[in-house]
Amino acid sequence: MAPRQTVRVKPKDTKGTLRRILSYLGGFKYLIAIILMLCIVSNLLSLMGPSMAGKAINAASAGKGKVDFGEVKYYTVRMLIFYLTSSFLTIVISNLMIFVSLNVAKKMRNDVFEKLMLLPVGFFDKNATGDIISRVSYDIDVVSQSLASDLVAILTSMVTVVGSLTMMIRISPLLSLVELITIPLAVLYTTKMRKITQPRYSKRSKAYGDMNGYVEEMFTGQKTIIAYSYEDKVSEGFDEKNKDSADRYYDAEFYGATMGPTVNGLNNLGLGLIGMFGAVLYSLKMISLGQISSFVLYSRKFSGPINEIANVTNEIYSALSAAERVFKLLDETEEVKDTTGAKELNDIKGNVELKHVAFGYDEGRTIIHDLSFKADAGKLIAIVGPTGAGKTTIINLLMRFYDVDKGSVCVDGPDIRDYTRKSLRKAYAMVLQDTWVFNGTIFDNIAYGKEGATMDEVVKAAKAAHIHSFIMQLPKGYNTIIGEDGGNISKGQKQLLTIARAMLYDSKMLILDEATSNVDTSTERAIQSAMRELMKDKTCFVIAHRLSTIKNADLILVLKDGDVCEQGTHESLMKAGGFYYKLYHAQYE
Amino acid sequence: MRELGKYVKKYTGRISLGVFLKLLAAGAELLIPYVLEHLIDNVAPKENIAEIVLYGFIMVVLAFAVRETNVRANRMGASVSKDCTYEIRRDLFEKSMSLSGKQTDEVGLPSLISRMTSDSYNIQNFLRAAQAMGIRAPMLLLGGIIVTFTMDTGLALILAIMAPVLIALVVFVSFKGIPLYKKVQSKVDDIVRVMRENITGIRVVKALSKEDYERNRYRRVNDDLTKTDIFASIVMSLPGPLMQLFLNGGLTLVVYVGAIRVNAGVTKPGVILAFLTYFNMVLMGVMGLNRIFMMMSRANASAGRIFSIINLPEDLVTIPESEGAKTDRQGYIIFDHVDYSYNKHEEGEKDELSGEDRQKTLYDIDFEIKKGGSLGIIGATGAGKTTIFNLLMRFYDADKGHVFVDGKDVRTFDKKKLHSMFGSVFQNDVLLTGNIKDNIVFGREADDETVMNAAEDARASVFIGKYDDNFDHEVTKLGSNLSGGQKQRVMISRALAGDPDILLLDDSSSALDYKTDSEVRKAIREKHAGTTLLVVAQRISSIMSLDEILVLDEGHVIGRGTHEELLKTCKEYKEIYETQMGDE
Repeated sequence: MAPRQTVRVKPKDTKGTLRRILSYLGGFKYLIAIILMLCIVSNLLSLMGPSMAGKAINAASAGKGKVDFGEVKYYTVRMLIFYLTSSFLTIVISNLMIFVSLNVAKKMRNDVFEKLMLLPVGFFDKNATGDIISRVSYDIDVVSQSLASDLVAILTSMVTVVGSLTMMIRISPLLSLVELITIPLAVLYTTKMRKITQPRYSKRSKAYGDMNGYVEEMFTGQKTIIAYSYEDKVSEGFDEKNKDSADRYYDAEFYGATMGPTVNGLNNLGLGLIGMFGAVLYSLKMISLGQISSFVLYSRKFSGPINEIANVTNEIYSALSAAERVFKLLDETEEVKDTTGAKELNDIKGNVELKHVAFGYDEGRTIIHDLSFKADAGKLIAIVGPTGAGKTTIINLLMRFYDVDKGSVCVDGPDIRDYTRKSLRKAYAMVLQDTWVFNGTIFDNIAYGKEGATMDEVVKAAKAAHIHSFIMQLPKGYNTIIGEDGGNISKGQKQLLTIARAMLYDSKMLILDEATSNVDTSTERAIQSAMRELMKDKTCFVIAHRLSTIKNADLILVLKDGDVCEQGTHESLMKAGGFYYKLYHAQYE
Repeated sequence: MRELGKYVKKYTGRISLGVFLKLLAAGAELLIPYVLEHLIDNVAPKENIAEIVLYGFIMVVLAFAVRETNVRANRMGASVSKDCTYEIRRDLFEKSMSLSGKQTDEVGLPSLISRMTSDSYNIQNFLRAAQAMGIRAPMLLLGGIIVTFTMDTGLALILAIMAPVLIALVVFVSFKGIPLYKKVQSKVDDIVRVMRENITGIRVVKALSKEDYERNRYRRVNDDLTKTDIFASIVMSLPGPLMQLFLNGGLTLVVYVGAIRVNAGVTKPGVILAFLTYFNMVLMGVMGLNRIFMMMSRANASAGRIFSIINLPEDLVTIPESEGAKTDRQGYIIFDHVDYSYNKHEEGEKDELSGEDRQKTLYDIDFEIKKGGSLGIIGATGAGKTTIFNLLMRFYDADKGHVFVDGKDVRTFDKKKLHSMFGSVFQNDVLLTGNIKDNIVFGREADDETVMNAAEDARASVFIGKYDDNFDHEVTKLGSNLSGGQKQRVMISRALAGDPDILLLDDSSSALDYKTDSEVRKAIREKHAGTTLLVVAQRISSIMSLDEILVLDEGHVIGRGTHEELLKTCKEYKEIYETQMGDE
């Protein structure tokens, strides 16, 4: 068996975490009580087995022709019944435990997702996607597996060790002295080996992690590496990681390899010692053959559980740390609740105003210092500036993905914090640079923003976005399933899909953040009229690299290092001959 | 598996020694209950304590010896597994790195990575476990049965009959379980997918207030996973208790039948005791075999995946100059009527589309550039711009026509020599872990001055200078700590640092603002005048000053000439220009 290689990471708050796990188990408390009771019963029953076997063997050991079959039958039948019941109970217990633990896992997964829906956008900007997902795909799994097996395992081990020992002492206190040798040996060895192997296993995991990371990076950069004939250096680098992984592996296995043989060796040692002392006592007529047999069977049950308890303790620790990571996520601060008495944003006109807004993603690092501008209903506001100037930040503030630090953002008069978030966000349609499609049919993807959209409406939007003919070429047309990674469609087509999605969505305000950056120029031209249609009668906020697309904006905000350095129309800005003028001319150079 | 054998073969010596030790250990282990029986049945009745202690001592010594021998053998097995896996990984890595673009596309990057990692771990675990248990398990199983037959045929029959039943049961459940777990895994994938979609699309979800919809979607996959998981777990939890049941049932039977045989005088009571122990050993053998089978099926799949890569034929072999195509056309770089298609199917493979209907990536591409000249390529996404670069650097071979560099067929170049002529920045190009200087030098000979000049020309020094540690600033994996524009500038520096004969820029300034872009272009023009320049771009401004421009549309050249010429002759080019420059 591959040794369980959990690395012992101590949870920070064992008690608190335990309490929270218990609260998840709360709904199953009667069931768990029953399970634990059954577990004890089942183990006690199976402990009766060897004793019965011993008695039966006693009855049988009388010798030729003297065997008392009544007694043999009596004990063997009992033995069989005990074992049968015990095995049956074991199956029942493990099934119930699986049921409980997987339902707990389900509840936890649901809670995590619930939480995600309530977290502010900032959380997702700061935390790596893979990291969040591993809470669900890995951590919760660790917790539920531990619940499913460890609880029962630890109880079983304890009942077995205590029970066997009791039985052995009852059979022959003298012979039980043998265990004074084997038990301390087992305990000593197990604790010592833990100490030796744990750090080695974690070093090995680290070496593997390093190697995986290296492989991933180099494979991703393969083309570049070949192009610059960098292969030899990379191979050297890999060889180092590979060797390190191999060495760490061997280093851990060198000690890990003693585990199985030692547990087994302790069994054999116990057998030998019992045989020896048992035979001495037997020859002195102080013990019967049946009793020795029972003893042998009991002693077999021993060394296993001692090792098991050590294993399980580790498992439980790692489950606790996993649970702690899950709970940490569940404890993240949620989006600020809507203020009491927050209004629904209805009958939107589309007047937007920013008043002396200051904002920074991290405390102490202000990005926008003092931003004010007014966007009247139906106007086109363009936001331009070099990369990293804070264009997207403004969008984040408008949609209230983030709250301003100072000043206020107002729609139709009141501060947006006086509206419910839902109604505010509903007031905007948007097309972002990072196109987002989900695993579902094309129809679902386009209709996403409008519940109950008809096929006709979807087709109309798709036609306007010039994606209809492409869709019709797909094997299943609008029912073609596309994936998140969108293997079957290009980035540009994805962007057209999101434009179609926005077209279906009726709103008074529109945000276009590099909405056509991935669309090739001829398609962009083709959808221009549709875009104009989409923008009609809406207050539009447009971010674009290409300055030509925004020349006819009513107001151009030129951003530099987070602040508006110029604002005005194209003509006025060109006349001013400032930063905008430079930016504009750069594209002709 | 046969392929795996080749790697293992080298270690025949160590493995044989390990096998020998394992045989020894198993034999000794099988002796212990035998000694026990002898002790109880024959020695104890003699009431000679010294003799009893002697036999007891033999058992204890045997126990220690078995342990020691097994530990040694296991360590030997681990060392063989370590060395083999090291070599397999080394070969797999080298091979993976040298795959042609086409081969990499076919396998896929995530799959290549997982072959390197989880598949190699599977092999490693299997090799170790096979040596640790491969001998021991069958030895205990068969040896146990054989020894018991010598002790008492009647009782041994119970074992002999039960063992196969047990094996069948265990193997059956395990094999039933594997597909069940695969199903669970696919349900986990569903969950992960929905989560990932929601995380990446959180702005859209929130903007459209679709939280409830998403909650329902998630709940559905979650319920599904739970159901599947419960079923699979229950099935897989059965073998343990069932095996226990068989063991204990067997024990009972041994006691009962033993009693009958003792009564008949054909066996001694101590034999029953020994049997109880052998029963345990046989059971251990069965469990060991089961684990080996499980691991073997996984390792087999992994080995298949690994060796299917290692055994891929070498693609893009350098051909001798005599076999290369010749041309009398003048020009430093020549594309001579080149066709290319990515989704080419191997001969004999059936496909719905016949060869003619299948869309190619490039059709009849034909151009030449003189030394020190420049060419711009513009066109929609998917028009085949990048493919031209891929053919030029020979990441792929043309289907039809030929590509020449410096008068020679590219296929006749030593690949490293060919590549050393180029400085390139690709679309989605990468930086590697290391400092900025390492990334610019990239394993070539370049002194500090060259690096600094390159960074200056690429306008990277502006932001590099802001770091306290300048060029020693660490770049994290794939350049993740730099912004898109910063990365592109470092990559351009890297391309320039080699003072290449040919400079390839594939959409290399998409994240740069117009101003920086134009400064970089100016620096290249002035400081690298002798370099032959090829630029792929979306922006007209990036290529309009080049000697010649190709306009590509779905693999066809639809316009060729200077900027001014194209404005007159190429309608599409003019349209692009007008859209981008806004002169409507």
